[in-house]
Amino acid sequence: MPQRDSKEKSALADPMTDLSEIQAVIDGTVHATTRGALLPLLHELQEAFGFIAPAAVPLIAGALNLSRAEVHGVISFYPDFRTEPPARHVVKLCRAESCQARGGAAIEAALAHRLGVAMGHARKDGQVALEPVYCLGLCAIGPNALVDGRPVARIDGEAAARIASEVEA
Amino acid sequence: MTRVFVSKDMASVALGADDVAEAFARAGCEVVRTGSYGLFAIEPLAEVETAEGRVAYGPIGPEDVAAVLDGSHPARIGAIADHPFFSNQQRFTFARCGVTDPLSLADYAAHGGWKGLEAAHALPPQAVVDAVKASGLRGRGGAGFPTGIKWQTVLDAAADEKFIICNADEGDSGTFADRMLMEGDPYCLIEGMAIAGHAVGASHGYIYIRSEYPFAIEAMRAAIRRAAGRIAPFTLEVRVGAGSYVCGEETALLESIEGLRGEVRAKPPLPAIEGLWGRPTVINNVLSLAAVPFILSEGAQAYANVGFGHSRGTIPVQIAGNVKYGGLHEIGFGVTLGELVHQIGGGTASGRPVRAVQVGGPLGAYFPPAMFHLPFDYEAFAAAGGLIGHAGITVFDDTADMARLARFAMEFCAAESCGKCTPCRIGSTRGVELIDRIVSKAPRAAGAAETLPQLRNARTAARTHEEEIELLRDLCETMKHGSLCALGGFAPYPVLSALDHFPEDFGGAETLTEAAE
Ligand SMILES: Cc1cc2nc3c(=O)[nH]c(=O)nc-3n(C[C@H](O)[C@H](O)[C@H](O)COP(=O)(O)O)c2cc1C
Ligand code: SF4
Ligand code: FES
Repeated sequence: MPQRDSKEKSALADPMTDLSEIQAVIDGTVHATTRGALLPLLHELQEAFGFIAPAAVPLIAGALNLSRAEVHGVISFYPDFRTEPPARHVVKLCRAESCQARGGAAIEAALAHRLGVAMGHARKDGQVALEPVYCLGLCAIGPNALVDGRPVARIDGEAAARIASEVEA
Repeated sequence: MTRVFVSKDMASVALGADDVAEAFARAGCEVVRTGSYGLFAIEPLAEVETAEGRVAYGPIGPEDVAAVLDGSHPARIGAIADHPFFSNQQRFTFARCGVTDPLSLADYAAHGGWKGLEAAHALPPQAVVDAVKASGLRGRGGAGFPTGIKWQTVLDAAADEKFIICNADEGDSGTFADRMLMEGDPYCLIEGMAIAGHAVGASHGYIYIRSEYPFAIEAMRAAIRRAAGRIAPFTLEVRVGAGSYVCGEETALLESIEGLRGEVRAKPPLPAIEGLWGRPTVINNVLSLAAVPFILSEGAQAYANVGFGHSRGTIPVQIAGNVKYGGLHEIGFGVTLGELVHQIGGGTASGRPVRAVQVGGPLGAYFPPAMFHLPFDYEAFAAAGGLIGHAGITVFDDTADMARLARFAMEFCAAESCGKCTPCRIGSTRGVELIDRIVSKAPRAAGAAETLPQLRNARTAARTHEEEIELLRDLCETMKHGSLCALGGFAPYPVLSALDHFPEDFGGAETLTEAAE
């Protein structure tokens, strides 16, 4: 499991605080959305905590009158939802056809090499993760990536080096 | 104060538009952030307001601001409408995209906004449905189903509650028109959905946007807040996807909004009869709904006058991949593939010969240049063993390895399969393995069980290369005919078209394709 930064660590050090914080997010979201609240709620939790802690599952199930298996089934179906804390920086590189047509495979190899992590993994020190994404809708200017949510286009060797040094900070 | 227009579209920002906008603001200009016109080779683009109209410069960087403002910069384009990429377009749906401030209600109204909704409100629901039918509009999400007929079904269904859903899951590689419209002209989609609500008797709508589109999500949410009064009593809400491609399939999308795993439902019942929470539901693509305001304000005939065969109106084609002038090109149906790739797209970005284009996203066929005479038309593409899909064209140069791309299609299908039916869930994985064996020329030999003396009827000789190819074709046929939805059903298209048109990449004997060209 990747290392957490100190803030997350302290929050998780006290499980009671953590659970009450999770409950607060649940109460806020379930109140606002009437029907089909599960996906919006999971997005809210991930936004607030960076991931959906296993401890949140029974709380979600209770709030939405679902079984824990149903909640787990939804979390595990959707690639976006994580059940472990994310790396400090996330590089999502597009692997779809239009980016492949513009040399995406070579850039994937270059980025993996520079970041020191294989595609689909987080580096052991928790500093950076390289994740696949299938199209960002920027298909005429690839290869493309989201670096901590910021879109970056026309990635070449130089840009890969810039991204790598940026995420070491 | 000089007014300067700079796009805040996600693609423009990825190319550095924010820095350019900031530099103009520092130089004392009033900067208006717009959507993108859709030609990325000239971005970052800035338009300076002058007495003669807007004068465009691009591509430029923040260091170019002074030269742009004194008119001396060499990247001067002049009026955007006169640029060859734009001059022959027919912008029915994207008329405002790039021109207006996407969130300005005043801009929207000043550029013809809400005229369609006003016209619709003056008509009984059936007359609105009739207008959409008469326009010949077909669904732009892929299947090309007539939109008016879908609306008629929902209008005719009696229920205490009905819904309008906009499918903005746009997962196909090579497509970005939905994204550009939501970022660049969100009120147009809102207007289209409000018209649909009036037409079928629905009071609430959902826009399901993929999570990979953070800019579009923000733009739509902001636009819905501002337009709430204008569309009342109709209400709208954004729902965000979570990285699953199959949730673009309409029934998986329903499950996802309901808070379930995105598994495909068997049809019937049609969503138009039993959709969201069992209620009659219109599900349409962004571009289908965004075409409706034009149809109501300008008349069904104005829309139907353009087009080809049974494909009426305009299609916002997205030219992507290894192409020089990639971007969004809205034009009447009937334009040929070759015109789009060569005349409009300018050939490959790498300068090498075009080897193949994939039309219609990851489930679309690969076409060689020998088929570039094909007109953009649903029927013509189906007859050629392909599909238009969401009208994305991905261009590949001669370095493309078609066997690898065929493998990717199977790999993608395996990764995104919802798991409901066997041909797709298991067949796709077997497809990957089979293509690996074919390419490495390592046909499957008999396994441990098959060589047991008890299994004396089992075949013990390894398959030949031809037999492995035959098996791959057979697998594709099974997936085509045995899958519940088009993910498993269409994933064979890229595979079979690669096999048919580029057999040399699969390690077979030399073929006659090249001689035939
Ligand atoms: C795997 C799969 C993915 C799909 N993805 C989308 C999508 O992202 N956007 C879309 O509008 N339609 C998508 N569709 C088509 C929808 O099922 C449906 O036909 C469409 O939303 C209907 O709207 P239309 O009639 O306006 O085209 C997809 C279909 C399949 C099988
Ligand atoms: S074809 Fe694939 S995605 Fe479609 S229903 Fe079957 S398993 Fe699910
Ligand atoms: S294929 Fe990479 S952004 Fe669309």
